[in-house]
Amino acid sequence: MAVGNAKTLTKFIVVTLGMFGFGFALVPFYYKICEVTGINSGAEQSLVKNTQVDSSRWVTLEFDANTNEALPWRFKPVQRSMKVHPGQLVQVEYEVTNTSDQPIVGLAVPSYGPARAAAFFNKIECFCFTPQTLAAGESRRMPVLFVLDPTMDRDVHTVTLSYTFFDAAAKGQASALPKRLPRG
Amino acid sequence: MSDAAHAHDDHSHGHPSGIMRWLTTTNHKDIGSMYLWFALIMLFSAGTMALLIRAELFQPGMQLTNPDFFNQLTTMHGLIMIFGAIMPAFSGFANWQVPLMIGAPDMAFPRMNNWAFWLLPVAALMLMASFLLPGGAVAGGWTMYPPLFIQGGISYDLTILAVHIMGLSSIMGSINIATTILNMRAPGLTLMKMPLFVWTWLITAYLLIATMPVLAGAVTMLLTDRNFGTHFFNAAGGGDPVMFQHIFWFFGHPEVYILILPAFGIVSQIIPTFARKPLFGYASMVYATASIAILSFTVWAHHMFAVGMPVAAQLFFMFSTMLIAVPTGVKIFNWVATMWKGSLTFETPMLFAIAFVCLFTIGGFSGLVLAIAPVDIQLQDTYYVVAHFHYVLVSGALFSIFAGIYYWLPKWTGHMYSETLGKWHFWLSVIGMNILFFPMHFLGLAGMPRRIPDYALQFTEFNQLATVGAFIFGFSQLIFLVLVLKTIKGGDKATDRVWEGAEGLEWTLPSPAPYHTFETAPVVR
Repeated sequence: MAVGNAKTLTKFIVVTLGMFGFGFALVPFYYKICEVTGINSGAEQSLVKNTQVDSSRWVTLEFDANTNEALPWRFKPVQRSMKVHPGQLVQVEYEVTNTSDQPIVGLAVPSYGPARAAAFFNKIECFCFTPQTLAAGESRRMPVLFVLDPTMDRDVHTVTLSYTFFDAAAKGQASALPKRLPRG
Repeated sequence: MSDAAHAHDDHSHGHPSGIMRWLTTTNHKDIGSMYLWFALIMLFSAGTMALLIRAELFQPGMQLTNPDFFNQLTTMHGLIMIFGAIMPAFSGFANWQVPLMIGAPDMAFPRMNNWAFWLLPVAALMLMASFLLPGGAVAGGWTMYPPLFIQGGISYDLTILAVHIMGLSSIMGSINIATTILNMRAPGLTLMKMPLFVWTWLITAYLLIATMPVLAGAVTMLLTDRNFGTHFFNAAGGGDPVMFQHIFWFFGHPEVYILILPAFGIVSQIIPTFARKPLFGYASMVYATASIAILSFTVWAHHMFAVGMPVAAQLFFMFSTMLIAVPTGVKIFNWVATMWKGSLTFETPMLFAIAFVCLFTIGGFSGLVLAIAPVDIQLQDTYYVVAHFHYVLVSGALFSIFAGIYYWLPKWTGHMYSETLGKWHFWLSVIGMNILFFPMHFLGLAGMPRRIPDYALQFTEFNQLATVGAFIFGFSQLIFLVLVLKTIKGGDKATDRVWEGAEGLEWTLPSPAPYHTFETAPVVR
C-alpha cells in the first residue's frame, strides 16, 4: 500500500510541477497566438476605418493651376481629374518650378467651381495654408489632403479646384490678395 | 516492523495533549475538525467585512469607511471567503468523510495532511495582518489584476505570498485526497460504486492539481514584476496586463467548479437519504461531473469579454460556456427525479439541500444570461454579476456546507443537533439571503457598478433592502455557531445510522465515530 501511495505521490508532484511550468509557458504561447492571428497588434488597432464614406455616388474632381503673370513659376497639377466618393480621404499633388534665378516666396489662393461646393471641400493638409519659398530653379511636388463632405448636395457631380500662385512679396499685387487668407 | 506496530498501538495513549495534540495530529478526523473550525472563523471574519460593506452601502455618500478602505474590504472579503472559508470547509469534509466513506483507516499521507492544514492559519494571519501595514490591506480586487497589483505597497507582496501558501496547502491536500481515493478504497468498492461525494472530490482534486500551480505561476510573475524587474504584465516594459487575465482565469474558472463540485457531492448524498430512494442516474451524475470539470478549461475568457477580443473568440467562449449548462442541467434533473415520488421528510440538512437546488439554479440561470457576450459587455462589473456569483457561492457552496454539517454532525459528535435551532437557522438564512442578493439583480440591470462605495440616489431603496437582508443573514449565522457548540457538548444520543434512509459505510460505524476507524478494511459487495 505505502509503495503504491509513494508512486501516486510522485506522479502528482510531476503533474503539479508540469502545470507550474505550463503557467509560464502560457506567456510565449499568448504572444505567439496574438502574432499569428494579428490580435492585439498595434498596427491593427491604428488602422481607423472610415465609416462615413458615401459609396452610393461618384463625384468627378478636376484640378486646375494658374500663376499670376508677375510670378516666374511653372505650376501644374500632377493629375488632371479623378473620381471619388464623398467622405473618402483623397490626396493629390501639384508640381511647381521656380524658373527665375532668385528665390521667391509664393502664396497659393484656391477657388472652387461651383462656388457652393467650397463649403464641403474639407482640406486637412494643403500647400496653400502657408507661403511657399522656392530657391532659384527649384522644383517641388506639393500635396493636398482633403475629404469631400458626404452631406454635399447630391446634384453636384463635378467639382473643380483651381489654384493661383501670387508673388507674396510683390507690392503691386497686394491688392490682388484677399484681406484674409481663405483657409478652405 | 514490530517497533512500528508497537508505536502504532501506543498512538492513542502516548499522544500529546493540549495545543500539541492539535499541532502534531495526523488523524484525519482531528484535521477535518480543524479545517472546519478554521473555515468557520474565516466565514465570520470575511462575513464581518461583508456587513461593513453593506452598512456603508445603506445610504448614498460616505458614512463609515473611506473609498480605499472600502476597496480593501471587498478585496479581502473575496479572498478570505474563497481561500479561507469555502475551500477549507470542503477540505474539512473530505478529511472527515472520504476515509469513512471508502473504508480507509486514514488519509494516504497523514503528515502531509497536518502540514496542508497548518499552512492555512499562517496564510490567513498574513492576510489579516496586512490590514495593519502602512497603506492597509490589498485593495485591487480579489482577482489581483495588474496594473493595480503591480503598483500597490507592501501588503500586496504579503498577499501574493499568502496566495502561494494557500495554493501549496490546497495542492498538498488534493494530492492526499486523490491518492487516498485511488489507492485506499475498501476491497470491492470499485470506482463506480463510490459515493458521489467521493467522486466529486476526486474530480475536484484533479482540478486543483491542474490549476493551482497555474495560479502560483501567475502570482509569481506578479511578484517578479513588482520586485525583480521583469515585465510580464507591465505595459511600460513591453508586458501585457490582459495576459494576466487570461492566465488568471485559466485557473479561475476551474476554481469556481472547485468551489461547487464538492457541494454537488454533498447534496447528492443528502437528497437520496431524505427521499428514501437511491440517487437517480448515478452514472450520469459521475459523467456530468467529469464533463463539467473538462469543459471548465475551455471557458475562461467569458470573465473578460469586455477586454476587446475578436468576435470569433467571443462566440467560442460564449457557446462553450452555455454548453456547461447541459451537464449541470443533468444534475439538477437527477436531484429532482430522486425526490420524485420519494418519502420525503424535511429535516434541516434536507431543507438546505432543497434550497441549494432551487437557489443554485437561479444562480445558474443568471450565469447563462451573463454568458451571452453582448449582454455581458453591458453587465460587466455591475451588481448583476455580484448577484449571480453570490447565488452560486452562498446559496450554492455555503448552503451545501451547512447541509453537510447538519447531515454528518451527529456522526461526528454522537449527538443530535437541535432541530428547532436548525430550522430557525435555515429559514432566517434563506429569507435573509434572498432579501440580500435578489435586489442586486435589479441594481445591476439598472447599471449600479460593483466595488464602488457610493452610488446614485435612485439605487437607494434596493440597497437598503439588501443591507437589511445582509444583517438578517449575517446574524442568523450566530444561531449556527450556538447550535454546533450545543451539539458538541450534549444532546440526544445519535444512533449509528442517524438517518432512517442513510446508506454508506460511514453509517455502519458507531456514533460518534471512534478516533480510529476501519483499521481492518470492510468488504463491500
